[in-house]
Amino acid sequence: MSQIVVKDVQKVFPTSDREVVALKDINLEIAKGEFVCLLGPSGCGKSTLLNAVAGFSLPTGGVITVDGKPVTAPGPERGMVFQEYALFPWMTVAKNIAFAMEVQGKGRAEIAGRVDQLLEVLKLKDFRERFPKDLSGGMRQRVAIARVLAMDSPIMLMDEPFGALDALTRRNLQDELLRIWKEFGKTVLFVTHSIEESLYLADRIIVMTYRPGTIKRDQLVSLPRPRDPSSPEFNELKRELGLLVMEEQQRHADEELKVAAVD
Amino acid sequence: MHARLNSFFTGIIVPVVFVAIWEACARAGFFSAVILPAPSAVAVKWWAYLCPAAPWDPAQQSWLAWLFSGEMIDDAIGSLYRVVAGFLVGAVLALPLGLLMGASKRIYALMNPMMQVLRPIPPIAYIPLAILWFGLGNPPSVFLIAIGAFFPILMNTIAGVRHVDGIYLRAARNLGVNQWTLFTRIMLPAATPYILAGVRIGIGTAFIVVIVSEMIAVNNGLGFRILEAREFMWSDKIIAGMITIGLLGLALDTAVSALNNHLLRWHRGLEQ
Repeated sequence: MSQIVVKDVQKVFPTSDREVVALKDINLEIAKGEFVCLLGPSGCGKSTLLNAVAGFSLPTGGVITVDGKPVTAPGPERGMVFQEYALFPWMTVAKNIAFAMEVQGKGRAEIAGRVDQLLEVLKLKDFRERFPKDLSGGMRQRVAIARVLAMDSPIMLMDEPFGALDALTRRNLQDELLRIWKEFGKTVLFVTHSIEESLYLADRIIVMTYRPGTIKRDQLVSLPRPRDPSSPEFNELKRELGLLVMEEQQRHADEELKVAAVD
Repeated sequence: MHARLNSFFTGIIVPVVFVAIWEACARAGFFSAVILPAPSAVAVKWWAYLCPAAPWDPAQQSWLAWLFSGEMIDDAIGSLYRVVAGFLVGAVLALPLGLLMGASKRIYALMNPMMQVLRPIPPIAYIPLAILWFGLGNPPSVFLIAIGAFFPILMNTIAGVRHVDGIYLRAARNLGVNQWTLFTRIMLPAATPYILAGVRIGIGTAFIVVIVSEMIAVNNGLGFRILEAREFMWSDKIIAGMITIGLLGLALDTAVSALNNHLLRWHRGLEQ
């Protein structure tokens, strides 16, 4: 049975002079344990869809259900990892990770044990008592992932989490994420505009169109992991998806020129 | 170390030259000692003001009690007590109100007009009412200081709560926090840089108000002492008192600043 079901979802943003249709007729089913990437140029509504699943910004039409229950608000069963990390800067690394469990009212000993385990898993042991300001971007994102793992959410929602990182740190964290995904059996919905990143990570890639945001292609990726980005199979798929994404990118660019001309 | 020594000597040039010229003018008799006494006379007076009046008598009191029995120590403790008491009253009222006004548009709409009318009234203008309501002694003084500390803390707390980055609220909601936890563990700490800036301004205002209030209603404290010295035309003691006020103010601000640095050790702005 599908864990996340998106049915006929629409999202319309009213602006001062017109309405922007960010999402239109989105239908999507994601199975438990699946790793799905939402791929598309900026403005294609992929983050809007993620925020709708997270419950931050509900759709204006259609319905999203998680384990059969309609989404009406954010909830700890859908842990979110933000591009801006969103760590609480006044809490140490350990406190940031422990916070969700404290909120859930878990016992002191249980929290301490779990924090130790997660610091170990994400190689953060030496940073336990540091504040986020003292960490690099990659380290901060590790803490953000640990924070979501601490909540024990079966679903991880990730909004371009590695977008601000340099290429090497990025690959490193991608590998880390795949390891965690396998080890903890999470369902992952991952937003990115990088074709290569989506191909490296996902079981399935949903390519989205530029306004209105619809699903252009639902692509299964059956390459065995660990994937080799230099292999011919990888690059063939990359080329194919690249053409799809570039079409939408072109529409995005045309649209912006039109708007600029009107202004 | 060498650089610090260097900047110390650079910083001390102007004061030394200034005091030297002043001393020279006073000794040359350019003005009367009543109008402006020589710095050396002020220093002697300051020392006398600091030192205990009576010689130490082991039968009467302990050594430590004797050491702190000087008039200046007594005055400084009196002033400090009023500042702290008044500041605490003001802060305890301003903080929750500011948090509520910052977090709730309705409470803000209710309270803000009155606050904006009251805010520009200087605490000094409350002096007649303060004496009428609280009589003489510490209470009117504490009342005036509380008013002086109240508004800076209130305004900054409101601004602090309003400027909490939305991403923290989203992250917190995602982690499943309830309204109370959101308030105490997310909004309050996120607002602390603003709140502490308000506290620092509030302490500064409290210190100004304490000196003024001591000139009207009490019979000790640094403000009282310089007004008393004026009655006797003791210019040296007036200046000695002023210097003490400056030193105490500096000590207070240094303490608050150290507290700031500790509480905001997580804050990006303090990165070296």
